[in-house]
Amino acid sequence: MNRLIVFIILILLFLSFTAYVYTLGTEGPNVKMSDESIRGKLLFQKYNCTACHQIYGLGGYLGPDLTTEISQPGKGEAYAAALLKNGSVRMPNFHLSETEIKELVEFLKYVDATAITYKNKGTSPIMNQ
Amino acid sequence: MNSSRQVTFLFLASAIIALMVGIFFGVIGGFQYILPLFLKESMGFTKARPLHVTLVVTWIFSAAIGGIYYYLPKIFGKLYSIRLAYLHFILFVITGCAILFCFFTNQFGGKEYLEFPPYLAFPMLLTWVLFMVNFFMTIKGKFLQAPIYIWMWTTGISFFFFTLLETYLWTIPFFRDNIVRDVTVQWKSMGSLVGSWNMLVYGTAFYIMEKISGNEIHTRSNKVFFFYFLGLTNLMFNWGHHIYIVPSAPWIGNIAYIISMTELLILGNIIYTWKKSVNESRQHIHLLPIRFLSSSDVWVFLNLTLAILISIPAVNAYTHGTHITVAHAMGTTIGINTMILLASLFFIIQQENISMSASHSFIIKKGFWVVNISLLVFWISLIACGIIKASEQQKGTIFQQMMEMLSPWFHSFLIAGIGVFIGLLMICYPLFINFINNRIPKTVSES
Ligand code: HEC
Ligand code: HEM
Repeated sequence: MNRLIVFIILILLFLSFTAYVYTLGTEGPNVKMSDESIRGKLLFQKYNCTACHQIYGLGGYLGPDLTTEISQPGKGEAYAAALLKNGSVRMPNFHLSETEIKELVEFLKYVDATAITYKNKGTSPIMNQ
Repeated sequence: MNSSRQVTFLFLASAIIALMVGIFFGVIGGFQYILPLFLKESMGFTKARPLHVTLVVTWIFSAAIGGIYYYLPKIFGKLYSIRLAYLHFILFVITGCAILFCFFTNQFGGKEYLEFPPYLAFPMLLTWVLFMVNFFMTIKGKFLQAPIYIWMWTTGISFFFFTLLETYLWTIPFFRDNIVRDVTVQWKSMGSLVGSWNMLVYGTAFYIMEKISGNEIHTRSNKVFFFYFLGLTNLMFNWGHHIYIVPSAPWIGNIAYIISMTELLILGNIIYTWKKSVNESRQHIHLLPIRFLSSSDVWVFLNLTLAILISIPAVNAYTHGTHITVAHAMGTTIGINTMILLASLFFIIQQENISMSASHSFIIKKGFWVVNISLLVFWISLIACGIIKASEQQKGTIFQQMMEMLSPWFHSFLIAGIGVFIGLLMICYPLFINFINNRIPKTVSES
């Protein structure tokens, strides 16, 4: 019986925590996602970019983390667009249309704008990549 | 006779196929680390990685499910419905094939670990519901007094269902259109996913230990329940150590940090009981299940130490997003989960009085060492990659240059990975042959 009580208490704590995580806990920085970047996000899933790239730590490790791709010195929009257009030795050329490239870059711009934790941490290893 | 033997063997044989094919794609992925052009067009990393990860995770789930279908009638007298179990198996195979087909034909659209198009979540959910119905109807009314493994299986089965619902929240704009919310919920559901399969697998380990030792006290003691609740608390709250870097409320990460450190208690307990378990297992080491369980103990120790270290924010700031995370992921799924599940498969073979040929036993014992030694090299190589990457990122080295520097370690990772593949083949091939040949009992015993 005691075990059941502990079990139920834990479940209730978990459910409250879940509700908090779904709402107040993840408001994040006040940056709105444009329709274009939403489409970019879905393209990111459609082409499974996540197999090689991480965003906020989620994803495979063959390619670099893209969370702050746009604001990193020496990188940025044009660089990202060029890679997306041509691919590289390791990165495939997905034969994307101009619109698709634009939408993907918009998505990366949006992610970058939210990444305040990366930028505040001047010493963050990922920042210096 | 209500025997779940046949459906169990079907699950276990498919689990073995999933494992071997899955590792094969892992090896392809390993080759692509050092030869970027290797199969780039036909079987690029975009396909190889999800094929690898999905298939090996399928191995973990189906080996655990097959075992549970086998053990439930032994514990409760009968399984609620054998027919339902067959239906589960058929739907499971169809859904699995549909997912593989999508990967081969470049149809993605999902999220990490579930990269297939989202509509496939429906049959997956249905498959799980069939399993849930069978499980809960079998244990109905007997849960409270049940030993630890029933609690663990119950938790694992329930949490997996929850995970499946939660990972698809991104299809709702409220979650999709806020990356912070989306990523946080994604990590949260991954925590439940990994936690749920761990519960299924650890429950299996407790069941086997109880049956081999003949000692039922341990699986009902307050101490073991204390550690179960500690594990459950970790399952629920410790995933936040993955998101220290995400701009969600810092609170989530802080809770996770505190909870993660309670794992030190688990670690302490392992060391405390180490000597005892070594002494006990020595008497039975000739038994294959014990041999595999003992090696999983060593891997629990190594991986838990690593996990606790990388949960410390100051360490995590550097190691995050490096191959140390991969070392942890594969170290636990191979060293702990796969070893325990292999123990379960050998235990079932023993229970069914299937005698393996001397040559099969010989190959398996050699395979055991090949896997464990290769895995150690594999694990160390990944950690080395992670440490170098963490320190080079700190210096601002560019990506391509860093990949060059990691190259020797990628080589040893690949060679050791091939060793893991060969070792597991030496173990799984005889197992597979025995499951297939003995699918139908030769003589029906009356017991
Ligand atoms: C097979 C692995 C792979 C896949 C899949 C992949 N990439 Fe890449 N990507 C790389 C690698 C590796 C690099 C680093 C450049 C290099 O070394 O070639 C890279 C670089 C980039 C860069 C520049 C980042 C930098 O810091 O240099 C961007 C932007 C990018 N990829 C976006 C994407 C997008 C968007 C997708 C999906 C449409 C995608 N990638 C799919 C492997 C991949
Ligand atoms: C039982 C055997 C195995 C299991 C259970 C297993 C499990 C996993 C898991 C869970 C991941 C995801 C890691 C993460 O997201 O952090 C992964 C990734 C990977 N595994 Fe394995 N693995 C196994 C064997 C192998 C072998 C033998 C190789 C051969 C080299 C291999 C190569 C890889 C590669 C290349 C990745 C992708 C890493 C990346 O994201 O860049 N795996 N594996």
